[in-house]
Amino acid sequence: MIMIFGIPGPLLFGQLLLGLINGAFYAMLSLGLAVIFGMLNIINFAHGALFMMGAFVAWILLDALGIGYFPSLILAPLIVGAFGVVLERTIISRLYKLDHLYGLLLTFGLSLVIEGLFRNAYGSSGLPYRIPDILQGATNLGFMYMPNYRGWVVLAALVVCFSTWAIIEKTSLGATLRAATENAPLVQAFGVNVPRVVTLTYGAGVALAAFAGVLAAPIYSVNPNMGSNFINTVFAVVVIGGMGSILGSIVTGFGLGVIEGLTKVFYPQASATVVFLVMIIVLLARPRGLFGKAA
Amino acid sequence: MTLSRRSILTAAAASALTVPALPRLAHAQSAAIKIGVLNDQSGPYTNTGGATSVICAKQAVQEFATAQGLSVEVISADHQNKPDLAVSIVRQWFDRDGVDMLLDVPTSSVALAVQSVVREKNKVYLNSGAASSALTGEQCSPNFIHWTYDTFMLAKSTGGAMVKAGGTSWYFLTADYAFGKQLQSDTSDLVKAAGGTVAGASQYPFPGTTDFSSFLVQAQASKAKVIGLANAGGDTVNSIKQINEFGINKTMKVAALLMFVTDVHALGLDVAAGLNLTESFYWDLNDKTRAFTNRVKDKTPKNWPNMVHAGCYSATLHYLKTVHDMGAAEAKKDGVATISRMKAMPVEDDCFGKTTIREDGRNLTPAYLFEVKKPSESKGPWDYFKQVVHTPGEAAYRPLADGHCSLVKA
Repeated sequence: MIMIFGIPGPLLFGQLLLGLINGAFYAMLSLGLAVIFGMLNIINFAHGALFMMGAFVAWILLDALGIGYFPSLILAPLIVGAFGVVLERTIISRLYKLDHLYGLLLTFGLSLVIEGLFRNAYGSSGLPYRIPDILQGATNLGFMYMPNYRGWVVLAALVVCFSTWAIIEKTSLGATLRAATENAPLVQAFGVNVPRVVTLTYGAGVALAAFAGVLAAPIYSVNPNMGSNFINTVFAVVVIGGMGSILGSIVTGFGLGVIEGLTKVFYPQASATVVFLVMIIVLLARPRGLFGKAA
Repeated sequence: MTLSRRSILTAAAASALTVPALPRLAHAQSAAIKIGVLNDQSGPYTNTGGATSVICAKQAVQEFATAQGLSVEVISADHQNKPDLAVSIVRQWFDRDGVDMLLDVPTSSVALAVQSVVREKNKVYLNSGAASSALTGEQCSPNFIHWTYDTFMLAKSTGGAMVKAGGTSWYFLTADYAFGKQLQSDTSDLVKAAGGTVAGASQYPFPGTTDFSSFLVQAQASKAKVIGLANAGGDTVNSIKQINEFGINKTMKVAALLMFVTDVHALGLDVAAGLNLTESFYWDLNDKTRAFTNRVKDKTPKNWPNMVHAGCYSATLHYLKTVHDMGAAEAKKDGVATISRMKAMPVEDDCFGKTTIREDGRNLTPAYLFEVKKPSESKGPWDYFKQVVHTPGEAAYRPLADGHCSLVKA
């Protein structure tokens, strides 16, 4: 058997793969955060709560209306995205002219309220959500037993992440978005309704979180705390990748998933801390993050 | 509104001053007993304790105190599984709010942290929710009774049954704090004493870990026969889900060392079926447990009582009986005296039947080893368990001499 750093090779490959799966969630969540920060300058602390809402909406759709997993993958992001649009229009839009801190406090408060409401209604033990039949089972990869559903998560995450990146970087819609963040009055003078663009961007960022939530529902139990467990790590990912950098958040998300996975083999007690250690090192060496643009 | 209430209060105060019966009134008020239920009301242990614990404590008050004319108030707070927060709440309760008895306190790190505060203030501390056997071992206190279960009893009942069934090598998945470590060490001792081996352990950060897949794959690579889950609540639910997902249960046996009926409810029978677990109470054990459950379940329809909740009822009931016996004023004055009287008086209630409390503060509840039913065997709501083994209280817990509690005279 091949040994790498005293760890059997197959075990290490398994951990790399698992890291990638967790990284997929980090990437999707930090992508939404990066989009929102890049376009709106809002540090959206409610992202974890909206991720949780995505999972709950999927559960409610199944429980109350019998709507299955795949329709939920489309419907839940739409519903939660619409909720995000309402939030942005009614509350968040009032803070654009103020310091970042106000947005952070407001969205943090929102997340506490949303989580509290769900906890009141559904308790905190969690609700079961079945893996859809077509993705049941597992494949033996030789070095480990890979649940088909997790494979699907990585695939779906990759597709979603790179299409988002492509839309923002390679299409004229994305060009308008980027221009609006650089110089809103000028873009408005060209006849673009900038406030609407901003609202829809927030909605899209939220929809990404909800999409990740639906993907997470069958893996973790659907419970009100599922978002807050992720959100701190995801913020670290965004900071490491460079605030507002789309590609940075995707690459860092997957990368940190792998680093965390490896830590779980060598020293599991530190697995929750290692991401922040990396963050400190990156901030010391490159204060704008790995992919952040120089001032 | 404010004005009228104030005027009523003023009037009441004025009239009280003039009424000669004032001393007796004031006495009755100061002798009112205050119970503080401290537990997790928003985190991973909300359903295993939480609001249902408060409801069960109030049930005991309603059944006993009201009939005996005792004036009792129940308050509660969320300790968020943080020892520092818990200590400051408890200090405030004792110093400012006049709390006499502290109840429930799950999360062993928190339970251990408040132990010294209760002792310093000479109050009464009845713990139902926490598991660590250190509470009646080296950390024992004359102000303390450990009511419902502990890590040793879980290890002996669930762990013992697994070893007997051929599970001789173990790998632990452990929540990295006082409770998880104690449960792992109690179970390891037992496995080794029975001639088994421990192949390894993954101690993961608590709270905040939701993905256990890495640890599960390591457990599988260890080639151990049994994976021992030294965790609780939401963590246990997530780890069992993922054990099923990765097919670990095809090659290893799963020992959920601490699992409650509420966790089985969250998992669903199709995932939980066949698991062995230990509780000291189950709603469907006998006529008395069913009667108790019928009395409270309408107040907590989504979360039927598990052993921790039943323990809150039973502990409150016995405490109130003791207070009634020795007089509220005496009981309020001296926590140590109240606890000694509680230990001396016979304990009996609908949930645990007759039990005795040992000098180290251990209440000897029976241990029931259950097997989770298959979905086809379940006849109604919350019909989840089949009883496998019943260990009487005297045999269920760590022998008195092995705990090294300073209260036990050698």
